[in-house]
Amino acid sequence: MQLRKVTAASAAVLALALTATACGSEDKDDAAGSDGGGKITIGIKIDQPGLGLKTPDGKFAGFDVDIATYVAKELGYDAKNIEFVETKSADRETAIERGDVKFIAATYSINDERLQKVDFAGPYLLAHQDVLVRADDNSIKSPEDLNSKNLCSVTGSTSAKNVKDKLAPKAQLQNYGGYSECLTGLENKAVDALTTDDSILAGYAAQDAHKGKFKLAGFKMTNENYGIGLKKGDADLKKKIDAALTKMVSDGSWDKAVEANFGPANYKNEPAPKIGNVVK
Amino acid sequence: MTTSVLFDAQGPRAKQRNILYTVVFVAVLVAAAWWVFSSLAEKQQLDWVKWEPFFTSPQPWETYIWPGLQNTLKAAFFALLIALPLGALFGIGRLSDHRWMRMPSGVVVEFFRAIPVLILMITANAAYAEFTTLATEDRLLYAVVTGLVLYNASVLAEIVRAGILSLPRGQTDAAKAIGMRKGQTMRYVLLPQSVTAMLPAIVSQIVVIVKDTALGGAVLTFPELLASVRPMSANYGANTIACFTIIALIYMALNFALTSFASWLEGRLRRGKKSTGAVVGAAPAGGLEITDAPPVKTGGTDKI
Amino acid sequence: MEAREIVFDFLEGYDLLGAFWVTVKLTVYSALGSLIWGTLLAGMRVGPVPLMRGFGTAYVNVIRNIPLTVIIVFASLGLFQTLQVQLGGGGDFEVINFRLAVLGLSLYTAAFVCEALRSGINTVPAGQAEAARALGLSFTQVLRLIILPQAFRAVVNPLANVLIALTKNTTVAAAIGVVEAAYLMKDMIEAEAQLILISAVFAFGFICLTLPTGLLLGWVSKKVAVKR
Repeated sequence: MQLRKVTAASAAVLALALTATACGSEDKDDAAGSDGGGKITIGIKIDQPGLGLKTPDGKFAGFDVDIATYVAKELGYDAKNIEFVETKSADRETAIERGDVKFIAATYSINDERLQKVDFAGPYLLAHQDVLVRADDNSIKSPEDLNSKNLCSVTGSTSAKNVKDKLAPKAQLQNYGGYSECLTGLENKAVDALTTDDSILAGYAAQDAHKGKFKLAGFKMTNENYGIGLKKGDADLKKKIDAALTKMVSDGSWDKAVEANFGPANYKNEPAPKIGNVVK
Repeated sequence: MTTSVLFDAQGPRAKQRNILYTVVFVAVLVAAAWWVFSSLAEKQQLDWVKWEPFFTSPQPWETYIWPGLQNTLKAAFFALLIALPLGALFGIGRLSDHRWMRMPSGVVVEFFRAIPVLILMITANAAYAEFTTLATEDRLLYAVVTGLVLYNASVLAEIVRAGILSLPRGQTDAAKAIGMRKGQTMRYVLLPQSVTAMLPAIVSQIVVIVKDTALGGAVLTFPELLASVRPMSANYGANTIACFTIIALIYMALNFALTSFASWLEGRLRRGKKSTGAVVGAAPAGGLEITDAPPVKTGGTDKI
Repeated sequence: MEAREIVFDFLEGYDLLGAFWVTVKLTVYSALGSLIWGTLLAGMRVGPVPLMRGFGTAYVNVIRNIPLTVIIVFASLGLFQTLQVQLGGGGDFEVINFRLAVLGLSLYTAAFVCEALRSGINTVPAGQAEAARALGLSFTQVLRLIILPQAFRAVVNPLANVLIALTKNTTVAAAIGVVEAAYLMKDMIEAEAQLILISAVFAFGFICLTLPTGLLLGWVSKKVAVKR
């Protein structure tokens, strides 16, 4: 009797848990049927305002997303047939190699190490490592000034290592899991600068909540050539994407996308890069 | 007034002193709370814009929190589903009469209890990436579940072992006397009885599993509840303090429901106890009778 | 000789011992912190002041239902980045983060120490407290001189479990950038190819830390157990 009651209670809990997970797997089913039926899966970031961000209505917005949407359209996919999935920095090569995604537009800088595993179309944007500082802070005029400052970046990022190893070895460096945490510290004056690509920083600075609070220092500390990552050896796809990017620049859509996503940040972007022209 | 054997019934002076303590304690708590709130307000962390998204629109809940919570529950559920039978197997294995079964079971259990879940998860993730063809989004779930299973199965094994050991020897003897084989004794006599004793400890272990899914979010960026803070705070102007607070409250509510269920279960099982077996780690009789004090645990039922 | 060099050359350039030393330091400081705070909490929970009892209960129930990761992130993001608590770190991020991690781990672990102690208090026969009160000892005296010394001896084993869990939990400090074992491991896995070897090395490191602790304290627990 006792045992039966307990069993019933456990069964109820189990059923609840099952219902919850069942809801989850329903969403999954849509994602799984991505390759067939004229659908395309594209890898983006979902936590970087201005580049790739999951907005509260569940859609995606940003420069990378605009680029991806345009390219997909040129490849013959309607906007409604595009499936965006999150590809984290560490997972990008594996996602391409396994064919989880057709291509990736996710602040993906072209470099030799990555070229051994994947191919790149583009580049479609030339970004530089920069620092974001508070709007009223005029004490950081050159990268050397960072030596006496408190910096913040994201765990495992090359930007953080770059500053620590080369540009300002004496700076204090705080590492977090995401840029938002750094911004909280920057806002509260616990850190003085947040460092990563200027495009990402511009995206944050352009947000309504941050207008007038932060500014880009304008140091061009590195060259980051954002390319579209795709499966190694898929020359046909690379050619098509390159053509799409060329067309995007020539018909003015590229400028429009830059303006829409980075405009409010007063971000002085580099002109549209020539296809295949990787700036070292 | 509550009575306790630890202190005398309170006379007028003791009551006065207690009031003084209470006042001082309240003052300290209020001062600390005031300092936190005023500092937060000064840093504009309590501004309505930072909190408003959670209260004025269902969107942050639908887009970020609910999918994250689903992943948390999914990972915890699968981890429990796999860890439970595995734990039972190893727990019974450790009680076996055969050395060749006892030894490896013991080694496996002790090994995985000694290694941090975080390290198990990182290893599993890297191993799946290198040796399998799992899709990226599935891989993270698999890695988190694998880490949780390896650790929790070994803890559950200890719970099962303690549960079976809590039964009086007479049960085994009686089973032998009517001619049951070892497997039958376990299946028909020992396990059914010890299940009641183990249930509260098992439910408590679910809390541990739920909490540990957060490790997957923090280190592997598995999109569970805690990781949902990243896209959410990126979207609402880096309101990280507000986001983390809301998420912490959700964990608290979820786990509080589970712990309450565990203590309700424990109370029921203790009260309704007519025959054999104690609740795992039940308090020895004749102690100080602290209200609802947890029993001393000597086995692997560490709920951290 | 040569084979050994080839097999273990992935360790070169990484301060493995340094990282494990940080793990050990995190464990020791947090263990002390949580022991003190946990004992105070247990005292509050069994004491005569209702408000303190309520506080102790609420504290334990809140803290043990929140993931440690959230608590550690709060310590860094809330206390340090927002409330500007530096814990005497003098602007040195490495020192501050280490101390914040110790604080977070102590606050979290104290809830479990408190529960273990309370169960220990329960094993002390009621006659002990009654006799102490008959002698005219006050509540704090009863607790300090009679109950706690016996309670501690009864819960060496559960406390050892808490300590082992704490040792493993220090890995969470990686979330706020404390360079301890798990942080280094993630770094190494991303940069080096020998996945299995790296994992084995770190697993071995933790077994070296936790297994002797368990064995030693298990022996101590038998030694000091109150015979009843």
